[in-house]
Amino acid sequence: MIRDEWRKELRKSMTAKERMAIKRVVMPMEDPIERLKGNTEVNKGLSVFEAVKEAQRCLDCANPPCIQGCPVGVDIPTFIKYIEAGDFLKSAQVIKQSNLFPAICGRVCPQEVQCEKNCIYFDKLNKEPVAIGYLERFVADYERESGTTYIPEIGKISQVKVAVVGSGPAGIAAAGDLARYGYQVSVYEALHELGGVLRYGIPEFRLPNHIIEFEIDNLKKIGVKFYTNIIIGKTLSHDDLKESGYKAFFIGSGAGLPKFMNIPGENHVGIMSANEYLTRINLMGAAKQDYDTPVFYGRNVAVIGGGNTAMDSVRTAKRLGAERAMIIYRRSFNEMPARKEEIKHAMEEGVEFLNLNEPVEYLADENGRVNRIKLRRMELGEPDASGRCRPVPLKDSEYSLQADMVIVSIGVSPNPLISMHMPELKVTPSGTIEVCGELMKANVEGFYAGGDIVRGGATVIAAMGDGRKAAFAIHRYLSGI
Amino acid sequence: MNKVIAKENLGKNVVRFEIEAPLISRKRQPGNFVIVKIGRKGERIPLTITGSDAEKGTISLIVQIVGVSSHKIASLKVGETVTDVVGPLGRPTHIEKVGTVLCAGGGVGIAPLLPIAEAFHEAGNRIVTVLAARTKELVILEKEMRAFSDELLVMTDDGSQGMKGLITEGMEQIIRRETIHKAVTIGPAIMMKYTSLLTKKYNIPTIASLNTIMIDGTGMCGACRVTVAGQRKFACIDGPEFNAHEVDFDELLIRLAGYKKEEKYNYGEFLKGKVAN
Ligand SMILES: Cc1cc2nc3c(=O)[nH]c(=O)nc-3n(C[C@H](O)[C@H](O)[C@H](O)COP(=O)(O)OP(=O)(O)OC[C@H]3O[C@@H](n4cnc5c(N)ncnc54)[C@H](O)[C@@H]3O)c2cc1C
Ligand SMILES: Cc1cc2nc3c(=O)[nH]c(=O)nc-3n(C[C@H](O)[C@H](O)[C@H](O)COP(=O)(O)OP(=O)(O)OC[C@H]3O[C@@H](n4cnc5c(N)ncnc54)[C@H](O)[C@@H]3O)c2cc1C
Ligand code: SF4
Ligand code: SF4
Ligand code: FES
Repeated sequence: MIRDEWRKELRKSMTAKERMAIKRVVMPMEDPIERLKGNTEVNKGLSVFEAVKEAQRCLDCANPPCIQGCPVGVDIPTFIKYIEAGDFLKSAQVIKQSNLFPAICGRVCPQEVQCEKNCIYFDKLNKEPVAIGYLERFVADYERESGTTYIPEIGKISQVKVAVVGSGPAGIAAAGDLARYGYQVSVYEALHELGGVLRYGIPEFRLPNHIIEFEIDNLKKIGVKFYTNIIIGKTLSHDDLKESGYKAFFIGSGAGLPKFMNIPGENHVGIMSANEYLTRINLMGAAKQDYDTPVFYGRNVAVIGGGNTAMDSVRTAKRLGAERAMIIYRRSFNEMPARKEEIKHAMEEGVEFLNLNEPVEYLADENGRVNRIKLRRMELGEPDASGRCRPVPLKDSEYSLQADMVIVSIGVSPNPLISMHMPELKVTPSGTIEVCGELMKANVEGFYAGGDIVRGGATVIAAMGDGRKAAFAIHRYLSGI
Repeated sequence: MNKVIAKENLGKNVVRFEIEAPLISRKRQPGNFVIVKIGRKGERIPLTITGSDAEKGTISLIVQIVGVSSHKIASLKVGETVTDVVGPLGRPTHIEKVGTVLCAGGGVGIAPLLPIAEAFHEAGNRIVTVLAARTKELVILEKEMRAFSDELLVMTDDGSQGMKGLITEGMEQIIRRETIHKAVTIGPAIMMKYTSLLTKKYNIPTIASLNTIMIDGTGMCGACRVTVAGQRKFACIDGPEFNAHEVDFDELLIRLAGYKKEEKYNYGEFLKGKVAN
């Protein structure tokens, strides 16, 4: 690989040994006691000094394995070396070639199983990986705060119209690229606010709303039009859109439909899906004094599940004053799908983990409000299809626990709205839209799809990657290249 | 967008609105509802579309004031706008010609019943309507319902209008008198529970429209879940109408009361604020 002169110099400025001797940066954090008083972001972000020092750790590997771990192939060593060289704005540009929204991904990507897992430090040297996520967030924040945000060039303006369904990560990534290719892009969103899960699901203490708004404003600046309160399939059909001249469609309608366990008592008052709980708080402002939507304040809150959604719910409940906020998860820490950092933060905040436990029934008081959970203990058996150890109930291990609020967070099914209204669209038995490989093309001419509606439930970056792949495929389809 | 074009009082605490919603007016079918929100800090609440005019691009809504959000909507003046309106939501009513349809509406349930009665009437059915309320002032839309009904009976708890007694008594009289092919019941959950027990006794296929608590209305939150024939259903996408004989009304009743304390408190604070202002 040919490296620029500046980069060769930079490489030589320190020996590998010196680089490896630097300890991984520790993210400055809000104090756990303070955290629980509000909704401020937990991670405060690196200082310039900390970022440059962390960047020095990166060995600028000849065949960087970290890039393989990133679903969108961010050129990690190049952006890191620009940090080391002090050119943060250039660094942001490098990331944005592959990832349009680094301020978001730097905060929410599960780096420990993606880029950072593949970093040579972790994989070969048995050391802590370079803090790629923190650095990504650093440059994105630096750029935003500098007020000189790099707005990508827009291709030849075309009058061809493309519609995007859903304003989650998949939709906004597709819209951004389509606008850059020069198309007239309209994004239709069912809810009254934009951002999908980024807005209604992920709490402000992990991803502040102003960051989402900033990114969406940038899309508006490059000509993307956003329409809220419009449900494609209900308010407007795809035929309506075709009639008004749309030539191609990207469906990024995400996963909706919360799953429940179907155990006795699950419809008692005070038992709700994580989607309901987080939507009340994050989208509807239910915990704020002057907002009209109500929400329960549980004293003993049990959250069923071990994913990101479960962590977000349990930490929210703790912030809303729960005395006990508990995770009830049927496997162990090793199998827990949530980001490691969120699990760590939850522990710092006093969340209890009842691992290897499974609810079997909910009991209620005379008003129908949940007051106890019957649980049974589990042990880990043989690995199942997902490669994780299968939880097996222990005989005669039932016991019960007080809980006045339960949040069920065991996953979601694909949003059925589109497929209900477009029977010709091919879906899998589980309800996800079938697409053909890298093109993200559905079986109906001109239709492309990506994100959770295709994957069933994945990550922000995977959804964004799909959106961009689809945008490219749509561009090829419309321009005949 | 969503401008209030006309407003009319239909009795104590009941207001009819005509609002601009061109896209929804074109798609709307009987049985559909919208979710509306007033102001940036408002709540999302479901309201049935009681009529529409695709040419004018308007829909009509009938709102009964029961709490903060319905109060806020009812206070809108002509020319003001509803901040957010989304729809049409829910599955439309399955309208067919069956013969005689018994329409039983209680309280504000009469509003969602109106477009359904109209549609069954237009499909050539004989419509017999029983409207019920606690007292005279709470009987709404009598005139409008009469227009689509071959016969209409009013029942009040206190006998201040029509016959004194419960809605089920009026219904039973009719059922004994003539063959009813289908019943539609909409009203408070407790009323629907007893009306469907009655029609079940007489083996009359019955639909009930469920007024669950909702947030998004698109199947995302699960707040609207109900048990129908032992299965979990989401009222916003699988309903709001279901086979009344299969609905677990006791569960619905409990779930509806879920936020009562919080709502009552909010409404108290809201009214205090209004007085202070
Ligand atoms: C609480 C929570 C925490 C998470 N934490 C993380 C994390 O830390 N890291 C991570 O990588 N991933 C995380 N995830 C997963 C990640 O958020 C999702 O994989 C990602 O948001 C999927 O993006 P999407 O664009 O496909 O769909 P969504 O974000 O779901 O957006 C879809 C949008 O489409 C709209 N829509 C649906 N149907 C229609 C229609 N018919 N017409 C118009 N609009 C429609 C919806 O209202 C929604 O706004 C989390 C998920 C949740 C719920
Ligand atoms: C599909 C559907 C269609 C509806 N159509 C209409 C309509 O056309 N006109 C109309 O006036 N109302 C209708 N409703 C009911 C309406 O949504 C509620 O009255 C409204 O949400 C109350 O909000 P609030 O803030 O004013 O009162 P809140 O403060 O939320 O509630 C005040 C009181 O009303 C009760 N309540 C709350 N929600 C409901 C509910 N969904 N149904 C019955 N009681 C409730 C509470 O227990 C409480 O005691 C419909 C509901 C559904 C689900
Ligand atoms: S986008 Fe995510 S996976 Fe890729 S480099 Fe950035 S933080 Fe790592
Ligand atoms: S693998 Fe690690 S050290 Fe090597 S280039 Fe990537 S981040 Fe730098
Ligand atoms: S209202 Fe949220 S799922 Fe029905």
